[in-house]
Amino acid sequence: MGNLVVIFIGAILINNFVLSRFLGICPFLGVSKQVETATGMGLAVTFVMTVASAVTWVVQTYVLQRFDLMYLQTIAFILVIASLVQFVEMVIQKSSPTLYQALGVYLPLITTNCAVLGVTILNIDSSYNLLESMVHGFSAAIGFSLAIIIFAGIRERLEFANIPKPFQGFPIALITASLLSIAFLGFQGLQLL
Amino acid sequence: MSEGIQSIVTAVGALGGFGLLFGAGLAYASKKFAVETDPRVAEVMGVLPGANCGACGYPGCSGYADAVVKGAATNRCPVGGAGLVTKLSEIMGVTGDAPGQRMVATVHCVGGEAECGPRFVYDGVKTCQAAQVIGGGDKSCTFGCLGYGDCAGVCPFGAIVMDENNLPVIDEEKCTGCEKCVVTCPRSVIAMRPDNSLVQVRCKSQDKGVAVRKTCKTGCIACNLCVKACPFDAIKVENNLAIIDYSKCTNCGLCVAKCPTKVIKGQLENRPKAVIQDGCIGCTICKKVCPVDAISGELKSAHLVDAEKCVSCGACVTKCPKKVIKM
Repeated sequence: MGNLVVIFIGAILINNFVLSRFLGICPFLGVSKQVETATGMGLAVTFVMTVASAVTWVVQTYVLQRFDLMYLQTIAFILVIASLVQFVEMVIQKSSPTLYQALGVYLPLITTNCAVLGVTILNIDSSYNLLESMVHGFSAAIGFSLAIIIFAGIRERLEFANIPKPFQGFPIALITASLLSIAFLGFQGLQLL
Repeated sequence: MSEGIQSIVTAVGALGGFGLLFGAGLAYASKKFAVETDPRVAEVMGVLPGANCGACGYPGCSGYADAVVKGAATNRCPVGGAGLVTKLSEIMGVTGDAPGQRMVATVHCVGGEAECGPRFVYDGVKTCQAAQVIGGGDKSCTFGCLGYGDCAGVCPFGAIVMDENNLPVIDEEKCTGCEKCVVTCPRSVIAMRPDNSLVQVRCKSQDKGVAVRKTCKTGCIACNLCVKACPFDAIKVENNLAIIDYSKCTNCGLCVAKCPTKVIKGQLENRPKAVIQDGCIGCTICKKVCPVDAISGELKSAHLVDAEKCVSCGACVTKCPKKVIKM
């Protein structure tokens, strides 16, 4: 149990996927203009990452390892993730067309989001069991959501700030992201064990 | 050998199995979560040009297709032109809005490298945007084209090419009026004009005439000769720069001939000449209104247009009380 708490806190604060591992930067910058869409993106990624962690663990343990097909890991995992993303896309399009429109191209882009593939491969590399993998996937996604929502909150305020012209738009967003990353560096000192 | 084949078979089987499994799952989900879309969206999408230039004001062609089905105007796409408006109106079952006046981009600068040299040696990134940031650009004229071709790069239709004098040349056939170049140009040298306006002032400099003379061989020196030459009051000089009011300009080209620095350019070939047809009563109104004295004839006898002198301004056409003058 204690182990799960360590994984949970670790993936959210210490090894935050966006701010420490620099994975999933594309949606982090692309869908972070409004807190609402950022939250929607966070939820979609959370679902995909949690389920992908579970499914890829099963695929890895019961198919790839059993039949000695480890070299197919990347392509098999991407297959799993792509299918999940397709599924999530259908559900969101049905349940919330507004959110579907707001997420736009970034929703199908979760397919090639390195955060999702990253978490599944890290699960295997860290030799987590099924439960640990799911907790790791879930907490990594929570960390992603936390980062993107904080970032969206800051960017909403930046809209009204008086920014010099050369810094408007993406430059100031990148500077903000790096400051946020430095802030999260403070959690590196957290002693969990 | 057989071991190799075995591993191939397991690999294909495993991945193929996954594919089938997920495919079946998705097929089921797509039925279950099917969203009813308006079939007209696909139809509209089919006739749109698919250039995704954003000139309509919507994000790409699919955005405009959605908007059209929801009732947006059918004449927003400058790329498709009039043909597209009819097609869209057919699909939507509405009487088509008239297509807007076709607009084309115009480069308001003719001072290339040869006419207007650099102020300093610029070694930076070869884009206008970057050059403009460094000390306001390396061109000696602070209003003119920087010549690094940002506009040519951004044009989605390949309608802009840079000539050997480092000036952009716009292919008006290819230009669709999406205004991407207008937005991109850091010096706002490119502007839109109606495509039937054939005379333009190709200069943006608001410097005084003396200063323009020093920096550029072909800039507007605000001499007012064009203002005096214009019979239709279509040119005015503001901030040391001649500006043509396209709504008043009749493409007569008199200013083009007068301009001493040749910054007023006109595409004056192939303009139709005025012809007086049967039915002229000899009222002499056309003769009086002609700015170049190209019409001759006595009172109460049929008049004639001298095609050599006629400048195709069309002033006589609008004034003729019998409407017998045609271009």
